[in-house]
Amino acid sequence: MEVAVANKKSVKAEPMSEKKKNRITDAVVFVFLSIGAIFMVAPLLWMFSTSIKSREDVFALPPVWIPETISFAKYSEIWTMGPLLSGISNSLIVAVSVTVIGTFTSSLAAFAFSKLHFKGKNNIFIMLFASVMIPYPVLMIPQFIMFSSVGWVDTLLPLIVPGFFGNIFMIFFLRQYLTSIPTSIIEAAKIDGCSYFQIFYKIIFPLIKPAVAAQLILWFMGIWNDYLGPILYLNSPEKQTLQLVIANFNASYAIQSDYPLIMAASVVALLPMLIVFIVFQKQIIESIAISGVKG
Amino acid sequence: MKTTSKLYRTEQRYAYLFIAAPVIGFLIFAMVPLIYSIYGAFTNWDGLGSMTFIGLENFKNVFQDEYFYKSMFNTIYMMLGIPIGIVLALLLALALNRGIPGTNTFRVLYYIPVISSIAAISILWQWAYNGDYGLVNQFLAIFGIEGPNWLQNTSTVKPALIIMAVWKGLGYTMLLYLAALQSVPTSFYEAAKLDGANAVKTFWYITLPMVKPVTFFIIVTNIIGGAQIFTEINVMTPTGGPEYSSASVVFYIWQKAFGNFQLGYASAMALVLGLFIFIITLIQFKINEKNSYELD
Repeated sequence: MEVAVANKKSVKAEPMSEKKKNRITDAVVFVFLSIGAIFMVAPLLWMFSTSIKSREDVFALPPVWIPETISFAKYSEIWTMGPLLSGISNSLIVAVSVTVIGTFTSSLAAFAFSKLHFKGKNNIFIMLFASVMIPYPVLMIPQFIMFSSVGWVDTLLPLIVPGFFGNIFMIFFLRQYLTSIPTSIIEAAKIDGCSYFQIFYKIIFPLIKPAVAAQLILWFMGIWNDYLGPILYLNSPEKQTLQLVIANFNASYAIQSDYPLIMAASVVALLPMLIVFIVFQKQIIESIAISGVKG
Repeated sequence: MKTTSKLYRTEQRYAYLFIAAPVIGFLIFAMVPLIYSIYGAFTNWDGLGSMTFIGLENFKNVFQDEYFYKSMFNTIYMMLGIPIGIVLALLLALALNRGIPGTNTFRVLYYIPVISSIAAISILWQWAYNGDYGLVNQFLAIFGIEGPNWLQNTSTVKPALIIMAVWKGLGYTMLLYLAALQSVPTSFYEAAKLDGANAVKTFWYITLPMVKPVTFFIIVTNIIGGAQIFTEINVMTPTGGPEYSSASVVFYIWQKAFGNFQLGYASAMALVLGLFIFIITLIQFKINEKNSYELD
């Protein structure tokens, strides 16, 4: 008993000072992280702040963060100043149709690549994955000519149809995920007389659902934020996706220095993904972290 | 024996059916365009008339085109943001790995720029870089520094784009590092402590080697992505900046292809860019292979 107490004391004495040192370091680190976080968020807050300012406040020196007269007028004005609504619906059409159908084809392929036996499995997979190495600028010109020859330029189809054929990153990720699922489940299902489609949607899909959801969200965000694809194919204002619409807002209204209007439109373009991120942050962050460690 | 082979054949049929979509997609949207692009690069393709084979003419012109060199230089210059981002992200990840309160909030805050639309971010920063009323110069004014008109100045437009890119990408790199740091076995650090290693040594001999695979991944993907920078330039400097000093290669290719309809010439440039990316990536893999060692 005495020995134990003595031991405890001697053990306690040293870590105490170290603990204290650690706590000071933690405090310093916390301060630096907070300053960093301010730098990360300040531009976005300023964006929002600009959007609710009157024109005089925008050019006030020194700048005001919380304007005296807060006005949300620009948020109602933006809908008539440009095709913002059709931009949102176009972006939604592209993102929803691609992710829903593309996720189905991708997860089906991932199932085949990880759990089924067929000739050339690895070579086909490597071949598909090698396509990641081809930079988009190399493909964009011929793709444009191909789509224009079938009359798809200035429609959403060139942005939608390729996505139907799946996404190799998603296939790769789901295939990795499936390796943790024992093949014996599938063998058992086969013996029970399940068809391969049934195995997929009754057993595999429910099991990989969390991974599919995270990948789907990431893909959705990627499409929502895409700019190069839409700028190549879409000319008519009412055909454009949201990102192009706000870029055009920027190009047309900056000359009149109507920054509140531009920032309001940009906030609208940014907000949906921000909400999605806040809601699904756990899944998104986990999924990113895993992809980095595995890749 | 016969039944198994029949079962196997059924399985194989279904497997091919299941992978049909990505394979067909790969052929139509990657293979055919790639071959088309390679062929186009050797022709005077303008999108309207016939494609006449002109041999290496386009490539000869590419390497004599001062705008190509300029855009290539700009692209590489702007990659200076990659090491800056890596160092900052690693520091942030180390800070967040201490398990201090608010870690999750910080992680979310630093990640917000990553998920934000690049078009909206570019618009925002274009405004922030405004010479008179922009946020950046207002901030500098606190310290008595009179900031330049960032995007209208040949010497500041590229640094401006770099700062923005670092800001936008920081959260992503940080997250990858954080995941890597969390996967380092604590026994390594305990052993180092017993051996009397100080913080610097522990960082240098344990942390850094342990996150090396992630560093490699980040460098490779950042260079591939950085070589294709386009949107920020298109939104923030629609003409390619003062004296074309912010135009990237992809921006120049895009202008040539869809502005001037010099499709053959643009294809040749795109191929040069593709080869450039490929070679740089290959070199990195070779270096990585040489320096890697097995952990016991």
